[in-house]
Amino acid sequence: MNLSATPSSSIRFCAVAFGLAGWWLLYRHLSEVAGWLTHAVFGLERGSHLGASVEFFVFEAPKVMMLLILVVFGVGIVRTFFTPERTRHLLAGRRESVGNVLAALLGTVTPFCSCSAVPLFIGFVTAGVPLGVTFSFLISAPMVNEVALVLLFGMFGWKVAGLYLGLGLIIAIVAGWVLGRLRLEKYVESWVYENGTNAAAGDGATPALSWSDRVRAGVTAVREIVGRVWIYVLLGIAVGAGIHGFVPENFMASIMGRDAWWSVPLAVLLGVPMYANAASIIPVVQALLGKGAALGTVLAFMMAVIGLSLPEAIILRQVLKPRLIATFFGVVAGGILMVGYLFNLVL
Amino acid sequence: MKKIQILGTGCAKCQKLAAVADEAAKALGAPYEFEKVTDLKQIMSFKVMSTPALVVDGVVKLAGRVPTIDEAKQLIG
Repeated sequence: MNLSATPSSSIRFCAVAFGLAGWWLLYRHLSEVAGWLTHAVFGLERGSHLGASVEFFVFEAPKVMMLLILVVFGVGIVRTFFTPERTRHLLAGRRESVGNVLAALLGTVTPFCSCSAVPLFIGFVTAGVPLGVTFSFLISAPMVNEVALVLLFGMFGWKVAGLYLGLGLIIAIVAGWVLGRLRLEKYVESWVYENGTNAAAGDGATPALSWSDRVRAGVTAVREIVGRVWIYVLLGIAVGAGIHGFVPENFMASIMGRDAWWSVPLAVLLGVPMYANAASIIPVVQALLGKGAALGTVLAFMMAVIGLSLPEAIILRQVLKPRLIATFFGVVAGGILMVGYLFNLVL
Repeated sequence: MKKIQILGTGCAKCQKLAAVADEAAKALGAPYEFEKVTDLKQIMSFKVMSTPALVVDGVVKLAGRVPTIDEAKQLIG
């Protein structure tokens, strides 16, 4: 690996270094800049409702966007080391339990798009990855992702983000393990296994990429992902800002507070058929939390929305018989339900 | 004549790859045959694990992402 192989690659590395330095400088002084903008430039009074809302927005919006760009860039580079083929190679022939843990972890860093769920499923099971282990991957990949974590971290702090990460992994591991125990192989469409020569394809070697290629992959990820989600992020923060300045707290407490026992199942029931990415659900999460809904209920809702969806069920129907899809959704929804209750109980 | 196939079940990225590959092939100037493969069993016969994928003369050249036009030209040409 030669970092200064071509002029264009050394320029790219300088750009990355400068970008990171500028990022850090701006990030550190964001709160002063926000305060100055709100009070000196916009002339809003300290302590007023509008002033509080505006200051919240001009601080939070750039902060979360900056975090998002940095993390998506970093994850974009990390993902160049984990192709689906390599992940399959790492998982093939693993026994359950260890395999479930590994699959859930790899699910967070392997590039995955729900439109590839079926080829990936077939590629895994025909290469000898146990069914339950495959499910652990399929649960963790969409649910535990960098966008969700950054947004939770940026808006609600590292505790909420950490809890989401930990609980998402636990659900993926346990639900995958349970599904594996249930011996559901007969409910996989039989043509999947007829395709059985798949194991020969790809030995887990990743294509040789230069660092320049990896950086470019990071930039592409930022352009694609941030380009798609920025509007929801701003919307979410705007909702948060509105609540911050105006809406009385505990507005939602009676409906979705922790005393309402039925709020968790209701959140999961509403969330499962809904389909949205992590970013677009954040405004809703922000609104619910800000108005006094319980954290467990809201996280359960978020997990149900981005982890399970009707379109996913329809895609998976091509390889799974209805009974297996229903069991899959049932087990995962059950896990989310427990997590929601646990949260509301503990916090 | 080159045979270009796009594997994908119709997601947004698949459409994009088809457009990029078509444009790259046109720019190369040589005659080519273009086909979108949407049937899952047929897609799986190419042993890809992520879609969309670009297949040239039966060989999988790229899977799971959309290339730039220049990259597509190299892959096809």
